[in-house]
Amino acid sequence: MSAGVTDTGAGVTAAIVGPGNIGTDLLAKLQRSSVIDVRYMVGVVESDGLARAREAGLAASAEGVDWLLRQDPLPQLVFEATSAKAHEANAPRYAEAGIQAVDLTPAHLGPMVCPPVNLRDHIDSPNVSMITCGGQATIPMVHAVSRVTPVPYAEIIASIASRSAGPGTRANIDEFTHVTGQAVAEVGGAERGKAVIILNPVEPPMIMRDTVFCMIGPDADHGAIIRSVHEMVAQVQEYVPGYSLRADPQFDDPRQDWGGNARVALFLEVKGNGDYLPDYAGNLDIMTAAAARVGELMARAKLEVAR
Amino acid sequence: MRPALKHDVRIIDTTLRDGSHAMAHQFTETQVRDTVRALDAAGVEVIEVTHGDGLGGSSFNYGFSHTDEMTLIAAAREEARNAKIAVLLVPGIGTVEDLKRARDAGADMVRVATHCTEADVSPQHFAAARELGMETAGFLMMAHKTPPENLARQARIMVDAGCQAPYVTDSAGALLMHEAKARFEALVAEVGDEAWVGYHGHQNMSFGVANSVIAYEVGVRYIDGSLCALGAGSGNSPTEVLAAVFDRLDIETGLDVLGLLDAAEEVVRPYLNRWPKMDRNAIVQGWAGVYSSFLLHAERAGERYKVPAHEILRRCGELGYVGGQEDMIIDVAIQLAAEREQGGG
Repeated sequence: MSAGVTDTGAGVTAAIVGPGNIGTDLLAKLQRSSVIDVRYMVGVVESDGLARAREAGLAASAEGVDWLLRQDPLPQLVFEATSAKAHEANAPRYAEAGIQAVDLTPAHLGPMVCPPVNLRDHIDSPNVSMITCGGQATIPMVHAVSRVTPVPYAEIIASIASRSAGPGTRANIDEFTHVTGQAVAEVGGAERGKAVIILNPVEPPMIMRDTVFCMIGPDADHGAIIRSVHEMVAQVQEYVPGYSLRADPQFDDPRQDWGGNARVALFLEVKGNGDYLPDYAGNLDIMTAAAARVGELMARAKLEVAR
Repeated sequence: MRPALKHDVRIIDTTLRDGSHAMAHQFTETQVRDTVRALDAAGVEVIEVTHGDGLGGSSFNYGFSHTDEMTLIAAAREEARNAKIAVLLVPGIGTVEDLKRARDAGADMVRVATHCTEADVSPQHFAAARELGMETAGFLMMAHKTPPENLARQARIMVDAGCQAPYVTDSAGALLMHEAKARFEALVAEVGDEAWVGYHGHQNMSFGVANSVIAYEVGVRYIDGSLCALGAGSGNSPTEVLAAVFDRLDIETGLDVLGLLDAAEEVVRPYLNRWPKMDRNAIVQGWAGVYSSFLLHAERAGERYKVPAHEILRRCGELGYVGGQEDMIIDVAIQLAAEREQGGG
């Protein structure tokens, strides 16, 4: 896949809209890509984030998407790290301008993607949604189980450091539970999904933790599940090096109150890369890392087509 | 904005919600109907009925409900002639959608619960509750974890969002009398002109009733209890004891002491699998400041991974785990088992 793409500088042009902590961390990750050329950072007020972007050599403006759409060349890819409301307003304009959008907000206009699970199906989609932090952390594991044995129900619990939960997340915590639960089923491949999020204020801050419970049949092949889970962990580690299992998959025997089903439990830790965000904020890091991964693969696809 | 008090103090019974923890969420519709009838007849004004971890709590992580909580809420609503039916909602677990369904099932009041420093996840739910025409209260859980001034600031966030009664919620049964009093006073000073202040106690170190008396003395007007103390950890302040104690203090509760004694003895006690008690595990919870609902989960994990439950609970306290992180109990048990194996060479 990477053959034929070299550091010629002829990368796919990109913009980041939303120069906050997420946008800044994303910039650090995208600047390591050999196929993405981040040219623009866009905000709506002057900010430290715009100043940091200028220092990094980007053209940056506080005049919003109006400014971005006047640039020549237009970006081929835009990463939106603003708010759901802003993305709802901006998305049609990106589409009209032929700019492919990677949406890190909870707007969820395009298909929900998780890079190692279903990005291949949506690589050309004009707009993709990055789901939620908890979704990016847990859906690969639900998929790892559901691809080898039926999963009638999956449940995830995301624990994040209070300091890493911004005002937007706090004001709309129901959005997390709804969207993540839905994605656990639709993207992860469980028949039904449920999600829980817990904010923990302990100091020093706790590193993001995620637990995945999958209901499985009484005769499910444990060996196949273990192999599939470890393979998937390795795939996620390609873009989130701090993604790890705290323990081997834990199997519980069938129980009557589980409808005669058994259960496998997976305990994850997600340590961030510490690019711009602190490393305990694995929840934010996995969003920017997954978005960067999506951008990388979309860019490669564009370059392949161009060749 | 706060509702008028009918008596000197409003006792809210949570046998059918906090008690759900001690029952491993296995309440049947018959048990709920019988308990509501008895509480209602004894003059209890508010009866809380929900999965122990609140709406939507039925799960692998917290335990699946024997009977759907909406069925139980509707049954409670049918049985109660005078009492209001309350539900618990923990944002991050339950949602506004769950609240709407509970309202449709007949819930009159919601208590929105957050960790004591995270009140700003609750405004969405208070706003929805007020729109649905429900009475509101707010739980600041694990209240021992933050100083009184900060707890008061968190109560302010809830009240500004539409909460009629923020609570000092001693989820770990950890508050000593002077610590509880300082928190009651801080909340009364901050919001006492516009909202009622509440107290929810656990008996892990036996202070539930004593702290309730102190609470009343400094202006707290909503106080929680459970028949037979049925609740997480060593259980809650027993409703029947609260009624008897306040009667002796000539503080009017509107409760029929004998009726509650009968309810505890004849309705609740026969269905108890376990009578919450101050055993080693529960005392450790109060001592180390651990969320009371962790008790049964720690016992199960202890059995599964062959490590003592009280060690699991102490470790949970050291690591600062909060309500809702029941999954971490399994993680801790696995780690402790691994440490033992290494230690044993």
